[in-house]
Amino acid sequence: MDDRSTPLIDIRNLYVEYLTNRGPVRAVENVSFAVKSGEVFGLAGESACGKSTIAHAILRVLRPPAVITGGRILYKGVDVLGLERTSPEEYRNKVLGGVTRKGIGSSAELIERYRWAEVSMVFQSAMNSLNPVVKIVHQITDVLMRHLDIDRAEARRRAEELMEIVNIDKRRLEAYPHQLSGGMRQRIVIAIALALRPSLMIMDEPTTALDVVVQKDILQQIDQLKREYGFSILFITHDLSLMVEFSDRIAIMYAGEIVELAPANEILNNPLHPYTKGLLASFPSITGERVKMSGIPGAPPNLLNPPAGCRFRERCAEWTGVDIPRSPQLQEVIPDHFAACECKYGRADHA
Amino acid sequence: MRFLLRRLQFYIVAFIAALVTVFYLPRLLPGDPATAILAPMGSRLTQAQIDALRKALGLGEEPLWKQFASFVSHLFRGDLGVSYSQFPTPVTDVIATSLKWTLLLGLTSLLLSVVIGHLVGIMGAWRRGGLFDTIVPPVSNFIGAFPAFFLALGVLYFLGLKLHWFPISHAADHSIPPGFTLAYIGSVLRHLAMPMLVSVLVNLQIWIMTMRNSMVVVLAEDYITMAEAKGLTQRRIMFNYAARNAILPSVTGFGIFLGSILGGQVLIEQVFSYPGLGFQLVRAVGARDYPLMGGLFLAITTGILLVNFLLDILYTYIDPRVRRQ
Repeated sequence: MDDRSTPLIDIRNLYVEYLTNRGPVRAVENVSFAVKSGEVFGLAGESACGKSTIAHAILRVLRPPAVITGGRILYKGVDVLGLERTSPEEYRNKVLGGVTRKGIGSSAELIERYRWAEVSMVFQSAMNSLNPVVKIVHQITDVLMRHLDIDRAEARRRAEELMEIVNIDKRRLEAYPHQLSGGMRQRIVIAIALALRPSLMIMDEPTTALDVVVQKDILQQIDQLKREYGFSILFITHDLSLMVEFSDRIAIMYAGEIVELAPANEILNNPLHPYTKGLLASFPSITGERVKMSGIPGAPPNLLNPPAGCRFRERCAEWTGVDIPRSPQLQEVIPDHFAACECKYGRADHA
Repeated sequence: MRFLLRRLQFYIVAFIAALVTVFYLPRLLPGDPATAILAPMGSRLTQAQIDALRKALGLGEEPLWKQFASFVSHLFRGDLGVSYSQFPTPVTDVIATSLKWTLLLGLTSLLLSVVIGHLVGIMGAWRRGGLFDTIVPPVSNFIGAFPAFFLALGVLYFLGLKLHWFPISHAADHSIPPGFTLAYIGSVLRHLAMPMLVSVLVNLQIWIMTMRNSMVVVLAEDYITMAEAKGLTQRRIMFNYAARNAILPSVTGFGIFLGSILGGQVLIEQVFSYPGLGFQLVRAVGARDYPLMGGLFLAITTGILLVNFLLDILYTYIDPRVRRQ
């Protein structure tokens, strides 16, 4: 945040609700963070805390009943949530910056042009993110031909290149997804995510369905690709140990809110929020002595009707007895290290 | 290929079972052709005369298994015998003429209901809960809930007898010589209109519901979200990604229907006196016309088996997961 240049993607006060029959479920509440160019930004937290919802919001692929009820998502200074009202000229100037892409005619089209070309995504389960009845090659060429002004032969050539990049025999292009292993499928999804050389790649639990060996292998490959092509990564997982190893900065989410945001080593060595501490305590260390894993007692609150004030209070080991009437705000407790815990660190009236 | 060979074995066994059934089943019906043919003459006939007719028709001469053996051996020479009730027309001729009409009626109405049904299903699921989705599928369901003969009678009464829009019986105008003339084709189409309409109305909801529900499930899949994230056009996602997967269950249903059009339109053909297989079948049963009944049953079962085999082949093309290496 000390970066003077505009961040690649800047999420400001994002609110997302799922409208259900019993009322709105507030899945993402006042979330703000920014990802810089070339950075790996980790988003961690337990299941259903809103991580994937944020990812889907960035790509604008949230479907009803999910609705974005507030906030802005700025990509290179253009509001992604208002692409329909953005003029093609502004988009060309700010986002494309001289790069020619297949015709961008109207504002209505911008959203489809933005997707994948600017931000691509590796979905949670590689098993299910490929169309089972379409050959791999067509699943790669369709996105190439949609966004680039190239013919079928050229698209095919590029598909072969992409397969090479992720170390898969190009003959596999003729295969259907079910004929490939889980690791291969995930690699292919990564290849598709790379296809248009986007500036940001969202990785939503990219390795969760894979075993540890393949997982390591794929992450190393992603790391190498990142170095080579210089894209940013928004890395989403609940596996904190993996994330610490892989990310530059990490935001910890709890019940739809970011509770702590800091550089990876700070999160690991000096966690400030009690929830982060609890999360870290529930992962065993390979080298350390044998200790009993503690975990966090209780369960996250129902977001249909979240408690006022601190959402973690019920489960908090360090609650001081002070009632915080409204949601604790993120504040810079030490430089570059933000935490949202007002009963421990008081309230900075910076807002 | 192995998969198809294994399926073929199954179809051969099924065919043999069908042969046995079509031969014995009609003969289990009470009464026999002789009494049926002579019924209009009432009691004016002596037992000797009835017996003479029986003998002429070859009934009760030989034990059933011998009759069956000769039935099978004739069958493989393409001879299904001569119809009793439409004497002396060979059964194969009766089947050939009526098959033509059944296929015309069945295929056109199936095609129409499949195409319309799928489009409605796709649109409905795509804008789930929208105006279109809340009106069209329930209305089609309501119409489809009526029994086929009831709808047929309703259509016959209003469109045929009251409004005189369409002719109420037969497959073509007898005064027009058959051939590839505009007049004849026009007449065939006008005769086709009402039975086809009823058939479409009856079946439409099945296709709409199958496709719509299947689409709803597929639309929740990750690969649809990914397709959307890829910035593909809505049309491409809707057809290449969603419908392409959602159509798989329909193909099986299509097979069942394709088979059933051969014998499944008995009531509609009956109401509109449409001279198809079903219409002939009702007549044959009434007359205890063993050869014709057997022939019709055989034609229908063979048709169904054939269609299913073709669908197995088709399925291996559209769903690569069925193929074995």
